[in-house]
Amino acid sequence: MPSQQRQTASVTDASRASEAGGTPRKAVALISGGLDSLLAARVILDQGIHVEGINFYTGFCVEGHTHAIRNHEHAKPKRNNALWTAEQLGIKLHIIEVIEEYKDVVINPKHGYGANLNPCLDCKGFMVRKAREWMEKNGFDFIITGEVLGQRPMSQRRDTLPVVARESGAFDRLLRPLCARLLPETLPEREGWVDRNKLLDFNGRSRKPQMALAERYGFKEYAQPAGGCCFLTNEQYSHKLADLWQTRGTKQYEIDDIMLLKVGRHLRPRPHFKMIVGRDEGENNFLNGYRKHFTHLFATSHEGPLVLIDGTVDDDDLRLAARLTARFGKGREAESVTLTVTDTAGNSRVLDVAPLPASDIPPEWYL
Amino acid sequence: MGHFVLDARQLMCPMPVIRAQNRVAELQPGDTLEVHATDPGALHDIPTWCRINGHEVLSAVRTGNEISIVLRVAGT
Repeated sequence: MPSQQRQTASVTDASRASEAGGTPRKAVALISGGLDSLLAARVILDQGIHVEGINFYTGFCVEGHTHAIRNHEHAKPKRNNALWTAEQLGIKLHIIEVIEEYKDVVINPKHGYGANLNPCLDCKGFMVRKAREWMEKNGFDFIITGEVLGQRPMSQRRDTLPVVARESGAFDRLLRPLCARLLPETLPEREGWVDRNKLLDFNGRSRKPQMALAERYGFKEYAQPAGGCCFLTNEQYSHKLADLWQTRGTKQYEIDDIMLLKVGRHLRPRPHFKMIVGRDEGENNFLNGYRKHFTHLFATSHEGPLVLIDGTVDDDDLRLAARLTARFGKGREAESVTLTVTDTAGNSRVLDVAPLPASDIPPEWYL
Repeated sequence: MGHFVLDARQLMCPMPVIRAQNRVAELQPGDTLEVHATDPGALHDIPTWCRINGHEVLSAVRTGNEISIVLRVAGT
């Protein structure tokens, strides 16, 4: 059997029935909320294809949590960019939570990490595979993504785009409308479901072609997430995740772990404990929801942060943590600050400490 | 037609909209779903999700830190 036939033979009976019945062709579009996936879906909608969007929530998505938590973000209109994109396009959007399944992608990436703990190639393969499963279950015909050849150093190279198509099982049912004319023909093109001549040949890291196309379509406002839409591309976040794995001695995480890495200042003054320090009222409120699971402390004589302690601490550690907590509050210049410390059993006690001078906080304590 | 309640409090966005989406998938056209959430993003996201999927938002109110949204499931 020729390779191409073998690859397309993986489609389901539901999909084949759709073809045989002459029903309108249907594409599922990966919608990240960024400009590229918006444009890719629009290009295919223009060809009369029925398009529905799919968006995966991994727990590492940038939008959402942190935008809502910090005080200064409250002034900005908060929206889910994937939902907003779908509304602009007039398509349905299916948001799929993949937190548990995604752990294996982060912990054991077959293709390794990028500049930080971003497993971009494995991630793209995972998401296209999930989209392929959704396509087969729902009788859709092909998958579209906003990938652009040469745009990303790991997952969007000429040699890695085929890896995604192959490892996801999507093969030639994966169409990248923004760069399709630079790639081999896919099934939707060969079958005439879409006109290859109306697809695009975007290439490289420049965003100008996308911005010009957005203007032509009349999209005046769109998300432009710097460094992508994933916390794992963020150096500081990756450093905190690496610290978590190292100190626990295992590459595992729970959803609460990765949520807390997004919030507050993180300091590790001793190898066996870390402090998470709220930076404003919003973060203090968020951390307050976790206080029963951690030894925690806050100043009572002055305004200041709520601080969670991750690790096992003795009295000397607590005193150091209290001095640091005082340092980050409004009593930082006071001679003495009074704090309440509560352990995980709910036992509280009062400490009076002198705030730690800023000069006594080594930079390496900050994660 | 029934009225159902979904507790999505303490969940961060986009989890409230995901829970609402999954619950609606189990309901019948004309059923109503009352969603309670605490993430302020839900006040925007759930009505947006309803609009793009054809469901009707009957009310969306914020009282203190809690958000309550009532939606009617669209017909097929």
